[in-house]
Amino acid sequence: MSEEQQVQVNESLDVMGELEDGAEQYLTFILGDEEYGVEILRVQEIKGWDVVTSIPNTPEYLCGVLNLRGTIVPVVDLRLRFDMSVCEYNPTTVIVVLNIEGESQRTVGIVVDGMSDTHNVMPDDIKPAPDFGSTIDIDYINGLVTIGDNMVMLLDIDRLLSVEAIG
Amino acid sequence: MSIDISQFHDVFFEESFEGLDAMESGLLNLEEGAADVEEINTIFRAAHSIKGGAGTFGFMAVSEFTHKMETLLDEMRNGQREVTPESTNVLLEAVDVLREMLTAVQQDQPTDDARIAVVCEKLVDMLGGDEAGDTVESQGETETAAEDGGEGPIGWKIDFRPHLHMLQTGNDPVRMIRELDSLGELSVTADDNNLPPFSDLEPEDSYLAWHMELRSDVAKEEIIEIFEWVDDDCDLTIEPLLGTATVAEVSAPAEDEPAAIVEADEPFVDVEELDEEADLIAEPAAEAELKAPAAKAEAKQKSASTPAAASIRVGTDKIDSLINMVGELVITQSMLSQVGENFTEEMLPQLIDGLAQLERNTREMQEGVMRIRMLPISFAFNRFPRLVHDLTSKNGKQVDLKLTGEQTELDKTVMEKIGDPLVHLVRNSLDHGLETPEVRAAAGKNETGTLNLNAYHQGGNIVIEIIDDGAGLNEEKILNKAVEKGLVAASDNLSPEKIHELIFMAGFSTADVVSDISGRGVGMDVVRKNIHSLGGSVEVSSEKGVGTKFTIRLPLTLAIMDGQSIRVAKENYILPLVSIVESLEVKGSEIKQVSGKGELYKLREDYVPVIRLYEVFGIEPQITDLEEGLLVVVEGDGQKVGLFIDDLLGQQQVVIKSLETNYRKVLGLSGATILGDGTVALILDVPGLISLYREPPSGNSVVKAVRAA
Repeated sequence: MSEEQQVQVNESLDVMGELEDGAEQYLTFILGDEEYGVEILRVQEIKGWDVVTSIPNTPEYLCGVLNLRGTIVPVVDLRLRFDMSVCEYNPTTVIVVLNIEGESQRTVGIVVDGMSDTHNVMPDDIKPAPDFGSTIDIDYINGLVTIGDNMVMLLDIDRLLSVEAIG
Repeated sequence: MSIDISQFHDVFFEESFEGLDAMESGLLNLEEGAADVEEINTIFRAAHSIKGGAGTFGFMAVSEFTHKMETLLDEMRNGQREVTPESTNVLLEAVDVLREMLTAVQQDQPTDDARIAVVCEKLVDMLGGDEAGDTVESQGETETAAEDGGEGPIGWKIDFRPHLHMLQTGNDPVRMIRELDSLGELSVTADDNNLPPFSDLEPEDSYLAWHMELRSDVAKEEIIEIFEWVDDDCDLTIEPLLGTATVAEVSAPAEDEPAAIVEADEPFVDVEELDEEADLIAEPAAEAELKAPAAKAEAKQKSASTPAAASIRVGTDKIDSLINMVGELVITQSMLSQVGENFTEEMLPQLIDGLAQLERNTREMQEGVMRIRMLPISFAFNRFPRLVHDLTSKNGKQVDLKLTGEQTELDKTVMEKIGDPLVHLVRNSLDHGLETPEVRAAAGKNETGTLNLNAYHQGGNIVIEIIDDGAGLNEEKILNKAVEKGLVAASDNLSPEKIHELIFMAGFSTADVVSDISGRGVGMDVVRKNIHSLGGSVEVSSEKGVGTKFTIRLPLTLAIMDGQSIRVAKENYILPLVSIVESLEVKGSEIKQVSGKGELYKLREDYVPVIRLYEVFGIEPQITDLEEGLLVVVEGDGQKVGLFIDDLLGQQQVVIKSLETNYRKVLGLSGATILGDGTVALILDVPGLISLYREPPSGNSVVKAVRAA
């Protein structure tokens, strides 16, 4: 193996990140100007935007359902879920397929503007989300963490995407 | 090397249950007429197979019990005994007990020994006093057997006779006895009969033998394990210990004087000590007893959560035809790949031919595979002769049960789920529908009522009818009850059909209404709900004094259905073909407005309400003029409605996928399917659409409509 290749391998290893003791890995994605993170172990896959079939009489943020290799998976538009401005789907728009724990395990997709990175986060670095009163709903936010200059909101996807919440 | 026979257990149980069914139906036939030798032979053979199988697999309880049934049947077969209703009843009861025993053994659960003993006694009584000697013995056997089958013996009788050289192998009997003692309450008697005169005694030989009784619920294996190392150096018999009576039986010529023992002296002292200790360990033993029920409960839970793997018996002809189809499929595939290898435009017809063939093969395969899951409905019907027999003997009615169309095939899943609703409907007819002989005679009817169970195919459905010639539904009572419950207003002028429909409404306790017999668990609303969840429907028609008829319609299978693809604006949906009555172009003159809101369409003699699909689904319409689109008349819940859609696309078979797996149930949709291009299409649910039309959802649909607009 040449030196160059070795460096490459090391770099790719570095992308995965070596987990420090107690650290948890988060996958972060972008929504407008904001960055959000979800536990990486809950991410089943990331796929490009695909046409979904809309379901009648469901909330606006439920885009519809998608055929994920034979299973029917509901897809939630996170922008609409968070009452952000609607934005046209473009080539970087992706669907993050997540495993949701609840009464039963379910698979739900979320539409986000784009993927960002993976980060190792020590539990001690996670700060509780400040209470904004009733202006901003922080029920679905597990905490905040600062990565570089950015603030990343860590999502509680089990609550955000529970059957009741997306019904 | 020994063969693990447990692998055959499943087959044994399956065959035994089939045998029991055969016995049951045979016995019920016996009752109807004179003793038919062929029928008795059938029953006898079934009993014999179960006995043999049970014996082979070591289910002694089952085997012993069946043996007694067999004896009785044998006497009937040889003409030594008359077939009386009493004897058939006892045998039927025995069949039940046997079924319970087998189920218990299958699921590793304790058997209901008391019940077994009762029925066993009945059988023995039936066999008569001349076999009294036999009886006592067999009863004893049954006890053993019962314990084998379930709770296990109260302990073990161990006969341990070491060979002369055992001590030389370094094994010490004392240690083994100590270990046994740790398992439970142990009593030991030494047998020194073989002890030679002192002059001949070889100090390194073991002359003693021990008879031991271990009172504990340990498994035989645990005891065998203790003696594992001396397996070849001793004679060891371990027998289950039965009740207290047998203690006396222990042939222990225990001699009070320890005699002159040289080498074996030490062990003997220990044994005496152990005897004393036995009292002390009584406490732990009690503790062990306490633990035992808990362990049992655990076992019960375990078996409840892991039901026996479902299996299905398939005729070889079905498998053979599948294999043939696979063969054809392989040929088509190789032909297609040949075409694909050097494809030129001239070969296009060949390609099209090939694809058509592939389509045909696939469809045949699909049908073939579906057929594997199909079972004749007799599987569901077979329990009814017994049910009718039991119920009529209880309530003194005379009922003639007629089964027709038992060979009609139905998907296994549907079959399993339709069982309970059917039982409920049949019980209903027996309890409430059919009258007692006196009442019938007074009404000028035949004293024996008739209950007809009929099954047949109709289109893509199976239809099951439950018809009785009883009193019919009491419309007055039903109506009064419904008014009382506030389900309908007293002023509503309901047609008889509407009144009959009321019995299916939730909160309508049939027990109080149709008769005074109650306590049947589920109501008719549950019956209807269960049938609906299978995608079927149930209807009732009744005429006072003449009878009642329930008609159940069920789809043949739950996995695949024929669908009609329809289009509304930009959305495509699948409409189940079975629910479509007809499709038509709307004539403007036939549309009637109702109070400016609802629309009715005059369809020949009927008026059907028009449901605009885009309205109930809140999607932006492309066509709003009824004359530009199409009206599909569909039927659901016994009601016809016209669905207004933009276009009909095509028919296709669709595989039904659940929306609930990852999302939830959506009103108006029964599921989803995946189309050829990989996109998802939603399957419409007509009854759901009708209720959506009646009570439009608030909020959400408006939001979407506004956004779309």
